[in-house]
This record gives sequence, C-alpha cells and structure tokens, in this order.
Amino acid sequence: MSDFLEIVLRSACVLAAFLVLPLLVGQTEHKVMAHMQGRLGPMEAGGFHGWAQLIADGVKFAQKEDVVPLAADKSVFRVAPALGIVSYLFALAVIPFGPHFFGANVPGSLIWVLAVSGIGTVGTLMAGWSSGNKYSLLGGMRTAAQLVSYELPLILVSASFAIAAGSLSLVGIAHAWNPWWLIWQLPGALVFLVAATAELQRPPFDMPVADSELVMGPYTEYTGLRFALFLLAEYAGIVVMSFLLATLWLGGWTGPFDHAIGWLWVLIKGGIFSFLIIWIRVAWPRLREDQLQRVAWLGLVPIALLQLAITAVGVVVTSQ
Amino acid sequence: MTTYDVLFTIAGAISVASALLAVSTKHLIHSALWLIVSLVALSGCYFVLGAEFVALVQLLVYVGAVVILVLFALMLTRAPIGRSHEHDTPLMQRAAALVVGAATAALLATVLISAFGNDKKRVDGGTTHALATRLFGTWVWPFELLSALLLVALIAALALARLPIGRRDTARGAVK
Repeated sequence: MSDFLEIVLRSACVLAAFLVLPLLVGQTEHKVMAHMQGRLGPMEAGGFHGWAQLIADGVKFAQKEDVVPLAADKSVFRVAPALGIVSYLFALAVIPFGPHFFGANVPGSLIWVLAVSGIGTVGTLMAGWSSGNKYSLLGGMRTAAQLVSYELPLILVSASFAIAAGSLSLVGIAHAWNPWWLIWQLPGALVFLVAATAELQRPPFDMPVADSELVMGPYTEYTGLRFALFLLAEYAGIVVMSFLLATLWLGGWTGPFDHAIGWLWVLIKGGIFSFLIIWIRVAWPRLREDQLQRVAWLGLVPIALLQLAITAVGVVVTSQ
Repeated sequence: MTTYDVLFTIAGAISVASALLAVSTKHLIHSALWLIVSLVALSGCYFVLGAEFVALVQLLVYVGAVVILVLFALMLTRAPIGRSHEHDTPLMQRAAALVVGAATAALLATVLISAFGNDKKRVDGGTTHALATRLFGTWVWPFELLSALLLVALIAALALARLPIGRRDTARGAVK
C-alpha cells in the first residue's frame, strides 16, 4: 500500500512540476525578451509586473472555439497536440532533482528522455500532414528534415556523457560528475545546447514554423486549447532539455550543501540553460533551410564525434 | 497469471492488432501511424520482459528515426487525406500474403512450443549490463561485421547521392 501511495505522490509531484515550470519559463521569456529589446513586456495582468499574463492567456485560449478544418484528417488532427505534451511529461518524470528526488528511477533514464522526446516530434508531423493545408504540410516536412538531422548530434553527445560517467542513468551520471567535466565535456555541452534549441524548433532554428513564410507551419490550423497545448509543449521542451543538460554537464544537484538544497541547485542550473535558450532566440536571426542542414551535418556532427573520441580516450586513460 | 503475463498479453495484442491495421487500412499515412503504435507496443513487450535497453533503443531508432523517415517520404508523395484506392493490391497478392504470413506464424509457434512447451522460464538476461557483456563478448565479431556492413552502405549511399547524373556536356551533345 505504501508503494502505491509513493507512486501516486511522485506522479502528482511530476504533474505539478510539469504544470508550473513551463509557465515560469514562458513568463521569463516574455519579460527577458522584452527587456533585451528595450520594452517592458506584460505589465497589466495580475498587477505586479504582469505575473499572471500566462494564466490570462490560458483563460483566453480556453474560451476560443476549437475549429477543425473541413479538409483535415479529423482524428489525427485531434490527437496530434496530445502526443507532444505527453512525451515531455514522460521525459520530465525521470529528471532527478536529488539523489532520491525524482519521479521515477529508470536504469536507462538518459535514453528514456531521448526516446520519448522523439515520439513528440511524431505529433508535430501528424499535425503538419493532417491539417489539409499546404503551409502546414511544408512546415511538417521541414520539421521532419530538421529533427532527423539534429537528433544525431544530440544522441552522440549524450552518449559521450554516458561514457564519461559509465552509466546510462541520469542519477548515476550526476553521481559520477566531477568539476573536470566542465572542460572535458565542454564541446559536447555546446553541441547539446545548439542541437536542443534546434530540436525544440526555437529561433534561430524555427524554419518549420517560419511565420513570415509559412504562417505558423504545422500549427497553422490549430486554435484554442489545442494550439495552447503545442505552445505548452514547446516550453515543457525547454524545461526538459535545460534540466537534462544541467544534469549531464553541471552535475545536477551537486554543489555546496547539496544534501540539503540539492533541488535548488538543479533549479538554478536548469534555469541558467533556459535563460540561455531564450537569449539565443533574441540574439540570432533565423537560419535558412540549407544553412540549418549545414550547421547540423558539417558543424555539430563532427564536433560530437570528436567529443566522443576525446571522452573515450579520457575514460581509457583514467581507468588505468 | 502474474501482472507481467497480463501486461505482456495486452502489449502483444495491441501490437498485433495495430500491425494488422497498418497493412489493411486504406488511408496511406494512417498505415505509417499504425506502424508506430505497433512498434511502441512491441517495445512495451520488451519492457515487460525486463530488456529495458532493447525497448528504449526500439523506441529511439524505429519510432524516432525510421518511421519519421517513412512519414517524411510519404509527405513528399501525393499522400492524400482520406481513403485512396490507387495503391490497392490485387486479390491474388493479398491471398498470397495471407498464406505466407500465416505459415510463418505457424512455423514460429511450432518451433517455440516444441522447444519450450509449457515450461516456466525465468526471464532475467535482458539488463543493459548483461546485454553489453554478450554483445561485446560472445557476439563481438558478428556485431563488428554488421557495423562494417552498415558503414559501407552509408558511404555508398553518400557516393550515389553525390554522383553527377550524366555529364552536362555529354547531355548537351546528345541533344545536338
């Protein structure tokens, strides 16, 4: 019975984190982008610096009509938004906030995160195809091309972290972490950050949703709550990728007084990467489709392979 | 019947049912989507058997990469929304496929039942560590051969893609 209670409690915590953290990142994005561009951002909703802006957005989305286009493949169109959001919920469940503070401890949790976030991309593809709209279809195709390209460097550098730690479990990797990783795994971390931004289709890698040419890419035909689910999935994706990189490269909960405030370290480290991903959006213009593929195949993949070789040499040398 | 048995049966039934739907649906893209359901359910079977690594790689490679490529290729064609009969196979071919499929299933079932019968086996050889020791110990040569084969295929595909199709000047000469 206590096992059952523990499972329920852990699931509830994961769900709560899943509902709160993406909203925090979204609000941060509003404010950070605004200040970087010399604006104020939301100031009205909720009173104090527009803190309730996203809640107001949520209420607005819930009131909108849920339109399904006549030409759409209705069942696929309706299911698509759920896939993205559920996959990131599953991914968040295995991210550790402390040695015993996680939703679920899967022995291969690193591959688990990568595998289930791959399922989320199927949702975007389904949305792009089933909308019955040429802009959506083009967006869907660009999504597929982009995600297949950037998945490779992402998995390669994740493998590098796993080899360095000698473990596929995120808890094991955080335990094996030591400060040398900051230099030793630096190229891998940079590749991971760029590839993760591209996986999330965030600017400058937002060719699939390029609003000036494809309206909104695969999400063009979506309205109301289903559209909000896609937006929420994007912010949940930022959370998952940031916390994953924080666990892999910065050692997760490791830090001063980590037996007491380990979770705080995870939040701070993950927050830094979320901030960086927002900053990248403001700092770079959108890449063209061919430039985007070039960055992946001629830039990130060779660096990732090099990092893999460096890690392998390091592990063999230090193990003797 | 343990919980594992029940879960395995459910996952297996979903996998078989969606595989049948994948080959019988009239919607072109739906068959790729049913394939995803089938592969995910199959990875659920691996999970129940304790082969976690195999299950996750199944998800990562087949759902995350192979089916996405299939969907991408289908989107490049004129994959219509709704039922399409352009790609229907003749009745003979369907009957032949049914016979071959049933025969393979019968063969596999006979082999498995005659080999193991109703014996109870403990399934515990699927952990990541055990898998790695087998793969890079006993089976290291087949594994390396396979990776060499894949590498050759990769380089060949790259060479084919970069090969100029017909020289520009010879093509011009042919026109003259």
